[in-house]
Amino acid sequence: MEDKGNQSDKQKEEKRVSGLVNNLLLPLLAVLTGLLAGAVIIAITNVDALTAWGHFFQSPLKALSATWSAVATAYSALFLGAIGNPRAIVSAFQTYFATGQTDTLYKAIYPFTESLVTATPYIFAGLAVALGFRGGLFNIGAEGQFYVGALGSCYIGYSITTLPWFIHLPLALLGGALAGAIWGAIPGYLKAKFGAHEVVTTIMMNYVAMLLTSWLLEGPMKASGYRPVTPTIQTTAELPRFFPDPLRFNWGFFLGLAAAAFVYWFLFKTTLGFEIRAVGSNPDAAKYAGMSVVKNFVLVMALSGALAGLAGSAVVLGPDLWIGEGFSGGYGFDSIALALLGNSHPVGVVLAALLFGILRFGATSMQSLAGIPIDIISVIQSLIIIFVAAPEIIRWLYRLRNIRVEQTVLTRGWG
Amino acid sequence: MTTPSIHKIEPTSNGRRIAIGVSLLVSALFIFLFFVRNTQPAQTATFGTNLSGPGQAIQIPDIVLPVQPTLYLLIGITVALGAWVLVRGTQVVGWLISIAVFCFVLSFLVWATQDNSFSLVGMLNTTLISSIPIALAALCGVMSERAAVINIAIEGILLISAQTAVVAATLTHNLYIGLIVAILTGAVVAAIHAVLVIRFKVDQIVSGTAVNIFATGATAFIAKFYLQKDINLLNNSGTLPTIIIPGLSKIPILGPVFFDNDLIFYITIVLVILVHFVLFYTPWGLRTRAVGEHPKAADTLGINVYLMRYVNVILGGMIAGVGGAYFTIGSVGRFDQDMTNGKGFIGLAAMIFGNWNPIGAYLASLLFGFADSLQLKMQILSIPIPSEFLAMAPYIVTIIVLTGVIGRAVPPAADGKSYEKQ
Amino acid sequence: MTIILELRSITKAFPGVLANDHIDLQLEEGGILALLGENGAGKTTLMNILYGLYKPDEGEILIRGQKVEIHGPNDAIAHGIGMVHQHFMLIPVMTVTENVMLGVEPTRSGIILDKSKVAARIREISEQYNLEVEPDAYVKDLPVGIQQRVEIIKVLYREADILILDEPTAVLTPQEVESLFSILKTLIAKGKSIIFITHKLKEVMAIADRITVLRAGRTVGTVLPKEVNPEKLATMMVGREVNLVVHKNPPRPKDIALEVKELFVRDERKNLTVNGISFDVHKGEVLGIAGVQGNGQTELVYALTGLLPFESGEIHLLGKNMHRPTPRQILERGVAHVPEDRQKHGLVMSFPIYDNLVLCNYYLPPFAKGASLQQRVIISNGDNLIKQFDVRTPSGQVAVSTLSGGNQQKVIVAREFSRPIQLLIASQPTRGLDVGSIEYIHSRIIEKRDAGTAVLVVSSELDEIMALSDRIAVMYRGQIMEIVEASKASKEYVGLLMAGIHPSEAQKAAAEAEQGTEVERVF
Repeated sequence: MEDKGNQSDKQKEEKRVSGLVNNLLLPLLAVLTGLLAGAVIIAITNVDALTAWGHFFQSPLKALSATWSAVATAYSALFLGAIGNPRAIVSAFQTYFATGQTDTLYKAIYPFTESLVTATPYIFAGLAVALGFRGGLFNIGAEGQFYVGALGSCYIGYSITTLPWFIHLPLALLGGALAGAIWGAIPGYLKAKFGAHEVVTTIMMNYVAMLLTSWLLEGPMKASGYRPVTPTIQTTAELPRFFPDPLRFNWGFFLGLAAAAFVYWFLFKTTLGFEIRAVGSNPDAAKYAGMSVVKNFVLVMALSGALAGLAGSAVVLGPDLWIGEGFSGGYGFDSIALALLGNSHPVGVVLAALLFGILRFGATSMQSLAGIPIDIISVIQSLIIIFVAAPEIIRWLYRLRNIRVEQTVLTRGWG
Repeated sequence: MTTPSIHKIEPTSNGRRIAIGVSLLVSALFIFLFFVRNTQPAQTATFGTNLSGPGQAIQIPDIVLPVQPTLYLLIGITVALGAWVLVRGTQVVGWLISIAVFCFVLSFLVWATQDNSFSLVGMLNTTLISSIPIALAALCGVMSERAAVINIAIEGILLISAQTAVVAATLTHNLYIGLIVAILTGAVVAAIHAVLVIRFKVDQIVSGTAVNIFATGATAFIAKFYLQKDINLLNNSGTLPTIIIPGLSKIPILGPVFFDNDLIFYITIVLVILVHFVLFYTPWGLRTRAVGEHPKAADTLGINVYLMRYVNVILGGMIAGVGGAYFTIGSVGRFDQDMTNGKGFIGLAAMIFGNWNPIGAYLASLLFGFADSLQLKMQILSIPIPSEFLAMAPYIVTIIVLTGVIGRAVPPAADGKSYEKQ
Repeated sequence: MTIILELRSITKAFPGVLANDHIDLQLEEGGILALLGENGAGKTTLMNILYGLYKPDEGEILIRGQKVEIHGPNDAIAHGIGMVHQHFMLIPVMTVTENVMLGVEPTRSGIILDKSKVAARIREISEQYNLEVEPDAYVKDLPVGIQQRVEIIKVLYREADILILDEPTAVLTPQEVESLFSILKTLIAKGKSIIFITHKLKEVMAIADRITVLRAGRTVGTVLPKEVNPEKLATMMVGREVNLVVHKNPPRPKDIALEVKELFVRDERKNLTVNGISFDVHKGEVLGIAGVQGNGQTELVYALTGLLPFESGEIHLLGKNMHRPTPRQILERGVAHVPEDRQKHGLVMSFPIYDNLVLCNYYLPPFAKGASLQQRVIISNGDNLIKQFDVRTPSGQVAVSTLSGGNQQKVIVAREFSRPIQLLIASQPTRGLDVGSIEYIHSRIIEKRDAGTAVLVVSSELDEIMALSDRIAVMYRGQIMEIVEASKASKEYVGLLMAGIHPSEAQKAAAEAEQGTEVERVF
């Protein structure tokens, strides 16, 4: 074995620079480039822009302006829809301070609060996947864990009527977390004991969860009536809201932040977290040093599942209050993008979740106002994942200097 | 053939022996308690052996089975097997479990069909058809993973190819152009995955997942933005023809199923045989397998590891392209959002179950296809089990398969690892 | 003698290290050139350049006086160069025939592999060069010595005239080495030319026609065997006077620390690799387990450290009978161990040095209070150990992946030795290390032994075993052939035991052979 010696000082300096680049510049550029790509898609699918380009040589300016207006309409719809009109917000605050009137205020801050509401489940789901990555496991099952968590919380939420809120609410949350934990622990155990690769098993569990939800909505958990929906949860199980309807901003967001703080403390300040990271980085050495790989795999998947389950709980107990056919998914794959963008660190995940919340909520405006299907966000997200995972592309695009980036090893074959 | 067979001959440990023996006995008990108990002595189950329609020279009588005696027979077999395993242990676990599963499924069918008739041939047909996308996905996986590149993106390739196939076919009023476009699409998407993984050393599962997310988003976007607005121009292609092989198609039971079937079915069979042949009997296949097992060794013998990986992944993508075409121009003639519904992943499971072996993967896909068609049939027969649970069957079977209880399958040694040439 | 191969001024740099620095080399036709140097001297890099796996930054290669460009293995093969790598480039799940034909496959009707043709040619080569091998056997079923023959056949099948063998004897018993040498002599007789890379002094003296010594990427000189002795070569290799003998006091063994009775262990593939072993290790002594790799030593160590369950037998650790112990239980009982594969088992490469130093006891006070890690204690502990064990690094916060092999091993040793231990299990402790590190590790091991720790050393380097051990147990096919007093056993005798020869016969054979009682360090 050739011994290449200690790394030189130059290499260590590079590593320090790359640390900053890794955590800040790269994700930023990845997001920007993703949005840029989205702009390109908007431009080339816009009928007016296309017709203008058809006459490019006659009036190039018109082509450019048509393109610009297409993109601008779309993105302004996106951002205004997500954050609200800055001027309107400022004036609403002024009115509030002057007269104590809250109507205009609430109307102005509605978009931003809704973005935060949208971001909340992303925080939980992103933490779930990030925790998995740290433990060396790829948890694509966040989707299924989300569903069962929501189901669990919903059931406790509507079926128990006699408890006061300070017992009912925590109980409902606990139910969701527990359901998610179990849904995650199963693939974790199968991986630990049998080496069954968690990617395929969790994806299978996702489908099972969706079918289970279907059945429950048609059967045991169905409210009276025609539609396949559950009963509404009791008010004692609701996550308290800060503002009256239609604003839905609730405690869930702060619960998410608390969860992030917990995950940070857990991963980096506790013995269990140390073990999880060791097993995630090198299970052989961890085993050699006395750690139990089986226990850690199951623990990680259970915790991860619990977090994803809480994502579901947050949605049911917070904004939605019941589960119906349109109960959305998509959190599963999005959370992978989140975890990668946030470099599997709780702080990064929270920031990425906020971004995604804004994008997702804004996209609904973009769809209704500019006619761009919300699925473009998925496309943008997949590009962001690629840019984060293949930093060379960004480097090449922006002519950045030699960045030595550590690639996290996520895949070890089929086990 | 130099690869180990599907059913690994392993000495069974004590724990395993007891577990398997007991589960066989439990299975027999289950048959007794749930199936036999719910039937009457005089009932019969009729299994149709003829497809309605012209062309069959020999009409053979339907198989009529007396329900209870048949059930008792199957119970007997299962009990005998279970006892055998408990007492003597066994080497050929795979075969035993297969027989036991067969008995169980047959009991289920007999019970379900009591006083009813049930087209056996029809079921065989649906099995073959349901297994097509799974088999093609599995073949794509085999080609890719034999060169040590994990391809989770198969689901995405299926979805995108499905859409491009139907759009191209509708635009040009030519289904074959649609097929070709699907194959090309598969190649392009696979190439993107290959570049990300081989050139940029992106983690293989991350890249595959990104492709899948992209596929879901892009196809939905296009569907909403274009297809829904202009169905007849873009999303109404008709379907590929069926082909009847004269003579052979008149054989009872097997004839109408194997020799009077969709074009894509025949393509699938041809591909299975072709891939198997290339992989195990040609220099290209030998080098591919070497690259998948020990890329460094192949490199030192002058084989271009990168090139081999690129080509194999792209070829696999083309096969998956055909699979994608099945969903639209091979089946319903239009594109619906998310219509692949996990078949790509089930294909991966079939690949693992089939031990990374084309023929094994095909047999495994038949199994999954069978589970699928069973679920459909059960809905028709109005069994008192909610359809969702039946629909879960393929996914649960996949999980069980992956635990390796039926025997540990060994992937190519370098699977999943990127290759660094210094 | 004509010069068939010449390397002129070959230079190759990797980030952070100059692996080859203007190296000159000449190979005579029909001769064996030994390329000698310690681990890290640049030998393998040089040969990889010759074989086309690396591109040199400067320099040229001449074959039969003509300058050639070698861009890849195909070019090398075309020029008649063949390489037998240190770590075999064989595909275990394929047959000998398939491995040999890979890349140059003959076909029937242009498409179908023609295996029978290749098998016939393999049989021809086997006969010609005394390389018995069964073409249809699967490589994974072949013993290591036979696998090496397959590698040689691979090279001959492609009609190489120049053969490069990279550390070929690392995995062979002394008897198998003899057998290899006679094969080499046959090859020479048939006109081949051989470059033999090694770090073993004795072999070089035995087989080489000429010796070129490399040190730190430069050629030190080329000598003839009759002009030098092992001491002179060692000095050339290391650049200073090297003490070839380990000085140690006689052992003062006390009570038994580890007792193993009738141990049977199955490996992961369910093969019985440890086949009824019994031995004991006393405090204050070093018991060395000698044997060629693959005779059960790895599984024995795994069983002793809780990584593999053992089928039957007893392990008494410090008086306690261990039933299905977990690795943690064993560690907590006061056992340290230095693993064979330091990057796979010994360290978490992405973790900082500080964390690696507490990998075994991070959960115990003072490093943890309950569930909470005490970062400050971990850091001060790390700083202490780095100084104590002379780990060369600017900071303890950097990842261990930035360290050299020797420093990485020091981190492991620091970690294991700094715990209160009663038994030390060291597996291949100096594999791949430079001389300085080897000296260091050996002296720390002896130190521990003198302090009263029981030491179990497992090594396939016989010289290392003979240097360190007080008693030697030889393993062959999962069993212990015999346990001998190190002072009373000759290297010849132990080598015969390693090859599976029974003690009674081995005694006779050893007595007849020359007595070479010099105990040497290994390089």
